[in-house]
Formats: sequence, structure tokens, C-alpha cells
Amino acid sequence: MSGIDDFRKETRAWLEANCPASMRGAMPDGELVWGGREVEFKSEDQRLWFERMRDKGWFCPDWPTEYGGGGLSPEEHAVLEAEMRRLKCRPPQINLGIWMLGPVILEFGSEEQKRALLTPMARGEMRWCQGFSEPNAGSDLASLKTTARDAGDHFIVDGTKIWTSYGDKSDWMYALVRTDATVQKQKGISLIALDMRSPGVSVAPIDLISGKSSFCQVFFDGVSVPKGQLIGPLNGGWTLAKSLLQHERKAMSKFGEFSLPTHFDLLELLPEYVPAGSRSPADIALRARATACAMDEHAYSLTVQRMGEEARAGMDVSGLMAIMKLVHTEQERDKFEILLDALGHRALGWEGDEFSAGELALTRAWLMSFTQTIAGGASEIQLNVIAKRVLGLPEGK
Amino acid sequence: MSLIYSEEQRMLADTAREFLAAKSPVAAQRRLRDERATNGFDPALWREIVDLGWTGIPFPEAVGGLEFGYKALGAVFEEMGRTLCASPMFSVVVSGALLQLAGTPEQQTAWLPALIAGDKRVALALDEGPRHDPLATTLSARREGSGYRLDGSKVFVVDGIGADAWLLAARTEGQAGDREGVSLFLVSAGTAGLSMSPQSLIDSRNHARLRLDSVLVPASALLGAEGQGFGMLDQALDRGRACLAAEMLGAAEQLFATTLDYLKTRVQFDAPIGSFQALQHRAARCYTDLCLARSAVMAALAAFDDPASDATTCGRLASLAKWKAGETAAHVSNEAVQMHGGIGVTDELDVGLFLKRIRVAQACLGDGDFHCQRYAALTELPA
Ligand SMILES: Cc1cc2nc3c(=O)[nH]c(=O)nc-3n(C[C@H](O)[C@H](O)[C@H](O)COP(=O)(O)OP(=O)(O)OC[C@H]3O[C@@H](n4cnc5c(N)ncnc54)[C@H](O)[C@@H]3O)c2cc1C
Repeated sequence: MSGIDDFRKETRAWLEANCPASMRGAMPDGELVWGGREVEFKSEDQRLWFERMRDKGWFCPDWPTEYGGGGLSPEEHAVLEAEMRRLKCRPPQINLGIWMLGPVILEFGSEEQKRALLTPMARGEMRWCQGFSEPNAGSDLASLKTTARDAGDHFIVDGTKIWTSYGDKSDWMYALVRTDATVQKQKGISLIALDMRSPGVSVAPIDLISGKSSFCQVFFDGVSVPKGQLIGPLNGGWTLAKSLLQHERKAMSKFGEFSLPTHFDLLELLPEYVPAGSRSPADIALRARATACAMDEHAYSLTVQRMGEEARAGMDVSGLMAIMKLVHTEQERDKFEILLDALGHRALGWEGDEFSAGELALTRAWLMSFTQTIAGGASEIQLNVIAKRVLGLPEGK
Repeated sequence: MSLIYSEEQRMLADTAREFLAAKSPVAAQRRLRDERATNGFDPALWREIVDLGWTGIPFPEAVGGLEFGYKALGAVFEEMGRTLCASPMFSVVVSGALLQLAGTPEQQTAWLPALIAGDKRVALALDEGPRHDPLATTLSARREGSGYRLDGSKVFVVDGIGADAWLLAARTEGQAGDREGVSLFLVSAGTAGLSMSPQSLIDSRNHARLRLDSVLVPASALLGAEGQGFGMLDQALDRGRACLAAEMLGAAEQLFATTLDYLKTRVQFDAPIGSFQALQHRAARCYTDLCLARSAVMAALAAFDDPASDATTCGRLASLAKWKAGETAAHVSNEAVQMHGGIGVTDELDVGLFLKRIRVAQACLGDGDFHCQRYAALTELPA
């Protein structure tokens, strides 16, 4: 017990001394630092914070030190996260590879892969994208068609991936590919890592309704991938993919905690547009909806806390884990609906100085929020998972 | 503040579950209803509950309590919810809490130990209209001689029939809606001018209408300072609200488990109805809400055990819990009826008993709209 208390004290002191003041508090849009070969810093403080955390191994606090991680125990990791929240430290970098692929390589990768892939990831030098979805394989991911043909010491990859977030900015991709088309669809899939600079890879950005372009379609035309970049067993990719998607859902339900740029505080914003004392029926109805929404958010944050406690007490939290992504993303959606109604036309501005920066950001964030209930397994798929895996309801015919 | 039960609290819950399954199954509540039990509960069962010590859980040892805390108490309420166990536990909690918070030392000595020992029952007479609204108190209390004269009536008084005394909210000044001017009185059974009649609700429990016609009470019947009773009252109510939330959570979880069984076994179109996605998704949503409701209930209970939580924090969490558990339990019970089809609307099935109790518990001490409003009022908003 006193060990963990010491760790808390040291960590708090270190963060207080090393996290620059400008790296604390909510993060405005566009201030995220993405780790990778071409990491960009908008300020000296960003660089400092990035380098200090990197040198501690705290991009990956719970990975073993031999692969560049911080080597923290689960308790220490929880303490670090709590202390960072307390000081409102921004994440020093965002790297989807660390959250999703990292744990899978740690569990299933070869020693060589761990050294070759985990170490640069832990140093923030390798930015990853996820090549799962295809034009005809979304929720039904296992029907994917991109092929990897055996060509001796390497594979030849042909096909296309779509909705690849930051496909145009990533250094590497982890992709699900078909390595056997003659068996049941889940049994002929493999997981590979590929360098996006490989000849034959081309990338076309896609515009979103929010005006952003954060995802792409990626084409593979006879791309050569060394066999050493096969992760896990040949045709064993489906199991790894399922584990990876769980890490993705966990990461997505954490976005709120990191207070990424989408965070708008409903009860704080509302009085600006719906005067506190107003008795107009529409305002009264709006306030009631807003309160109910804020209460549900409160219940959700208590559930996050309870899940953590239950996990630490060794209880089964699989049921709670299964609801988190669904609940969080739908609450965000509901919140934007209320904000939209509260701001009226002021939430419908596209650009220009008729609108405040906050209003324009809100509009874009609302449009972006639609992606959350689709990406990483749509809400309907989450409900299927809860019904079948958690509640044990029978499969349909 | 921990949101999970400790080892001891879990053990208590397990014992309670075993005890209630044996001594107070849902079938026993049905029998109470069919036999029109006078007080809506079984006195022999009540004696056993008192002997188990449940009535003493939230109270200090000095007055005969166990000082085991609200989370432990919530665990018991949850289990009572599972079998719909009818007992005067709720009144012990709210009346006891109010005596503890606002009672004079004499009032406490006279009533608290007897309450905990199950020798006396004190009911809280609060609402005057169909919807919970403690600020709307208008029952009049006028100074007369060295005491007070009370006139008015109270409705839906939980455990009112057969009580040995009533704790009353009355108005000594101001008007409905004012915080100031609400005073609390303890009035014993048999006081002249007091009359009472049962109100039969869908849950077949003990509810009463209380009439006060020139009831004269001495000044020693007052709890706390004249006109300043509302704060204490609300704090006591919050303890009751958290317990009702725990009860509704237990009832809803039990009902949901029964419904899931039905979804897995009832066959139509040559398939279990639980294989139909339209029902699967609705069941998954019930589950999701139950998970959120549990977190809110645990937080409210834990707040009362946490010395660092002030009355506002406790009130806000109690409102969150009552709101979330109430809305969830109502939704789950509606879905349970619908998913059972025709048999779901028959009295033969227990589903209806759960639906009815949940609705009464939801209305008691504030429904969803009430607690939504209250949560907003207790949440400090920047101007
Ligand atoms: C912003 C964003 C970023 C993304 N990033 C990536 C990425 O980096 N890499 C990647 O590989 N993919 C990514 N995706 C893709 C994402 O995983 C898919 O969009 C998602 O799995 C849904 O697939 P789909 O778009 O083909 O929709 P479909 O599967 O065609 O679904 C259409 C609708 O049908 C419903 N539906 C489908 N099947 C069922 C069923 N069995 N029961 C009930 N309803 C069903 C869905 O819920 C949905 O409402 C991203 C998506 C978004 C929006």
C-alpha cells in the first residue's frame, strides 16, 4: 500500500514539475499532437511535453521497459491516469497504434516484431492506420476481399480498404487480408503490418459532412509485404481482430475522459442561449431535456468509476465493457441534439464572422459526432453483442 | 467514495436474499394482497426482520443501532425489491433519520430505540396532493396557548395505518412554495381530532389519508426550530429516496431476469422469441439502463456514508438515483409486460405485481420530473 502511495507522490511531483502550464486544461481543436515519422509541434511546450513523457516511457505506461514502455503495474498505471486527470494534463500525443495494435502485438507478436514495431511506437515515431473496412465489408467485416497471395518470402497484396482514418498521414497500416478464400470466411483471414510507402499503395482522401477529411480510401496494387510482417498465425487474423476491436471500443469510450476537442459542457453552455429565469414553454422544455441528458452523463461517469473499481476487485466487468461505447457515443449524440435546439440558427452556421468560433466549432463537432455511433462497430452491432454475449439471447435463424 | 459493496455488505446482501427467498417470496406478497392484510405487511415477518437487525443498520449504536451505513441498508432494500417484500422498513428509515436530524434529545430517547426495536411505528405524513411536493405544504399550524393547533390533511402516508405516531410537515408561516415556515411536529396516535382512513393503491401496501381537525399539540411536539424544518426534512427524505431507488433497482433487475428467461424459452415462428432482433435490441437497452442505474444508486448510498459529502452533494446524488432507477424500473416493467404478450397482462403472472409496486415506489418521494428539476436546482450553474 505504501509503495503505491509513494508512487502517487512521486508521479504528482514529476507531473507538476514537467507538464508545462500550456499543456494543461481542455484541448482546443487542432492542438492534438500525432506521433509519427513526421511529428509536428505547434509550440515549444508541445515538444517538451512530448519528449519528457516519451523519455519516461509514458506514451505506453504499462508496456514492458524492454520495448520502450514505462513498465508500470496496473495500479501504478491507474494512478498515473488519475494524476494526469487531476492536473488536467493533455495527452502528450495521440497514436491509435498504441491503443489498439500494441496490446495485440504484445500478446500475439513474435519477439522480432515486438522489437521492430513496439519500440518505435513507444517512442512516438510510428503512426498507424487501421485497414479493416472495405466497400463491401463494414459491419460484416469477415466478408472482406483484399487478398494477400503467397509469393515465397513475401505476400502480394491486392484490393482496397475504405474509411481508413488518417490513411494519408500514417506511416504504417495494420490490415486484415484474405489468405484463404476456400474456407469459412472467418477462417481465411490474416493480420499483416505494412509500410504505407511500399510501391503499389495509393491513398485518396474522402470529405466528411463536417468539412473535415479525416479518412481515406486506400488502394493496393501488387504490394509486396515481407512474411515477417504477418502478425500471429496465418489465417488466424480473425481472433486477433476481435481482440483489437475490443481495445478500440475501450479507447473510444475513453475519448470523453481525455477531454478531446469534442467535449462541450451542456449545463455550462445552455444558460448562454436559454436564459436561466426564462419561463417560455420552449425554454422550460429545453432545460428539462438538458438536465436529463446531463444526469445520464453523470450516471455514465459514475459507471466508468464503478467499472474501474470492479475490475480492480477482480469482478467480471465484461457486461459493463460491452455497454460503454454505445452509451457514451449515444449520449454525445443526444447532447448535440439539445445544443442544436438551444442555439437554433446559431448552431447552423458554416463559416464566417457572423458566428463565434465556439459556435462554428460546435456545428462541426455535431456533424462529426455522427461518426462515433458508426465507427468502431455501429450502435446496432453493439446492441447485438450485448444481446448475444452478455444476455445470452439465442442467434436468429 | 466506493461504488461497490464491501465484503461485509455483500455478505449481508446474501443473507438477506436467502432469508427473503425463504420467508418472503413474491407469493407471500400475493397472499397479503388476497387476504387484505390490515397493515399491508406480515407482523411475524416484521419481527424476524427486526431480530435480524435490519432496522438498526443506519443508526448510531447509542440509540440501539448497528451503525452499518447506508450502503449496507441499500443492499437490504435491493433484496427486498427482488421479492417485493412489504414491511415498514421505509418508515423506519425516513422517520428515524428525521428524528435523528431534528428531534430533541427527549424525542429521540422516547422514539428512536423503540422504532429500531420494532416496538413502535412512526409514519411520515408529508404530501397533501397527488404528486410529491414537500414545499407545497399548507397544513396549518397556529400557535395556541403554549402549543399549536393543527388543521388540514395529508394523503398517501406510507405505513400510516396502525402507526403509533406521525411526523408531520406543517406550515407555521408563509405559503405553499416557501422554504421558510415549514415546521415539523410529532403527533401521537389517539390525539383528539386526528382521524385516518386507508387508501388502497395498486401495490396493496399500507397507505393512509390523515385528517387533522383542530388537533392541539404541546410545544414539545415541535422538532427543530419553528419554521425551519424544511432543510432537515429534505435530508431525511433523501435517505428515503436512495432506499426507494435501491428497492426499484432490485425489483427491476429481478423482473428483467424473469423476462430474459421468457425470451429464451417462449417459441413462436419455430424460434425462441429472444432470437428476434427487434426484441434483442430492446432487451439490450434495458440492460444498459440497469447498469447506469446501479452506478447512480451506489453513489447515492455511498454519499450518506461519506463524511465529506455535504447535504447538497447527497441530495443531488439521491435525485440522480431516484430519477435513473425510477425511469429505468418503469421502462423495464413496461417492456416486461409487452414482451410476455397476453400472459403479461394476467394477474396470474408476477410481472403485474412488479409493475404495480415499481409505479408506486416511483411516485413516492418524487417522480422523474421532480428529481430532474431538483437535480438542476442543486447543480450549481454559472450565472
Ligand atoms: C469516422 C469513421 C472512421 C472510421 N475509421 C476506420 C478505420 O480507420 N479503419 C477501418 O477499417 N474502418 C473505419 N471505419 C469504418 C467503420 O468501422 C464502419 O463504417 C462500420 O463498421 C460500419 O460499416 P459500414 O459503414 O459498411 O456500414 P454497414 O455495415 O453497411 O451498416 C449500415 C447500417 O446497417 C446496420 N447493420 C449492419 N449490420 C447489422 C446487423 N447485423 N444488425 C442490425 N443492423 C445492422 C448498421 O448498424 C448501420 O446502421 C470508420 C468509420 C467512420 C465513420
